[in-house]
Amino acid sequence: MELKRTIKFEADRDYEFSRWISRTVGGENIRHCLQCGLCSGNCPLSLYMDYTPRRLLHLSREGFKDEVLTSSSIWLCTTCYNCMVRCPKGINTTHLMYALKQRAIQEKLYPKRFPIPEMARQFSRMVRKSGRITESWLIVRVLMRTAFWRLFGMSSLGLKLIHAGRMSLKPEKIERRAEIAALLDSVAATKKELAL
Amino acid sequence: MTYAYYPGCSLKGTGRAYEESLLAVLRALSVDVKELEDWNCCGATTYMSVDELASYALAGRNLAMAARENQDIMAPCSACYLVLNKTQHYVHDYPDIRTVVERSLTAIGLTYSDKVQVRHPLEVLLHEVGLPAIAAKVKVPLKDLKVAPYYGCQIVRPYATFDDQLNPTSMDRLLEACGAKIVSYPLKTRCCGGSQKGTLPEVGLDLIRYLLVEAQKRGADVIATVCPLCQFNLDAFQQEAQNDPKLPSMPVVYFSQLMALALGAPATAIGLQRGLTSVQPILAKKEIAYA
Repeated sequence: MELKRTIKFEADRDYEFSRWISRTVGGENIRHCLQCGLCSGNCPLSLYMDYTPRRLLHLSREGFKDEVLTSSSIWLCTTCYNCMVRCPKGINTTHLMYALKQRAIQEKLYPKRFPIPEMARQFSRMVRKSGRITESWLIVRVLMRTAFWRLFGMSSLGLKLIHAGRMSLKPEKIERRAEIAALLDSVAATKKELAL
Repeated sequence: MTYAYYPGCSLKGTGRAYEESLLAVLRALSVDVKELEDWNCCGATTYMSVDELASYALAGRNLAMAARENQDIMAPCSACYLVLNKTQHYVHDYPDIRTVVERSLTAIGLTYSDKVQVRHPLEVLLHEVGLPAIAAKVKVPLKDLKVAPYYGCQIVRPYATFDDQLNPTSMDRLLEACGAKIVSYPLKTRCCGGSQKGTLPEVGLDLIRYLLVEAQKRGADVIATVCPLCQFNLDAFQQEAQNDPKLPSMPVVYFSQLMALALGAPATAIGLQRGLTSVQPILAKKEIAYA
């Protein structure tokens, strides 16, 4: 029998995390959250989430870092901005979801072979190299690394799209690709310098 | 004035029909556009989850290049439209973000500018061209074609730049001017699931299913979209989402394809054959004799 404590002690809370979320872009007003639940009620994905947006906001500001960063909610968010436009306190919940995603990726707190971080990684690699995205190659690359068997299931759709002229294997790229690399390097340097 | 047309990656790939039809509409209505030279990917929603500061810089490059040409940007793709708008807001609101963006652009010989306006084709067609001018140019009225107008999330949220956040009507009015009949579609700004179909398929398919079922219930002949990802989700995964061969298929087209048809553009030139669900049978049934 595995015993698990279900209630947290004060000492289990992570205050650094709590401070971080209220300093993050979009989280400035998180202390004003009324827990009214408009965010959860308007979220089209909340019915699939382990913690709804309202609960996630509360857990974050109280420093329940592990619960928040391992929650399915941050990966379910499709950034439709319903929560943000409805929030009476001006909390930018959608942007906080982005911030939580970044943090979970940094701390590697996501399920193994999970496609979303891999998608993000391949996407940014492709932008850096070519300046543009070629959808066909992006899908192939992500599936190769996460669920290559699904490539076979998708081949009939792929063929239909090629037939309709909607999918090309010719990589899209821009002329001045060096500019993109220089731009991204400069962002990284400034980020380091200003400790952002 | 000439707009700097910023297609984005999807309009060169899965959303090719959007580009073909939109350019046909703009030509027919004498709106002048010129593709932004050497534009780069906006970063979409995906880049935001790895490195948001980099995504503002990427959008900044496009804004700066349009500013250098002294042009406003026209961005038909919802993700591009939002990212460009968002970048302008965040650069304005957060000094640190401004520093990052300005320095990175300086590094490649460009200057950030607040002056560029980011415009959506719906807005330009409605407010610059105007409904009377459009109605006057209609050659093939879309008589009795019942359309469910589907806007998706990101062109109206979070920034309601030109239309209501929950009940936008700009596409409704444009299509009505072309003779179509708009059915009431309360899910018009509900999420299509974005890239969820690729990452968490069972959830993505659920979201797609609701949208299709509601359109059928409302008696729509066709769903009109403004976003390449919405169109792709509802079109390519329709059979999988419905999972019921008895349900009729629901054609999903871009609003610009319907407008271009009404303005007399030939079907093959506006990518009507590119849809995986075919719209031609319903047009034939309604005796809409398009070119």
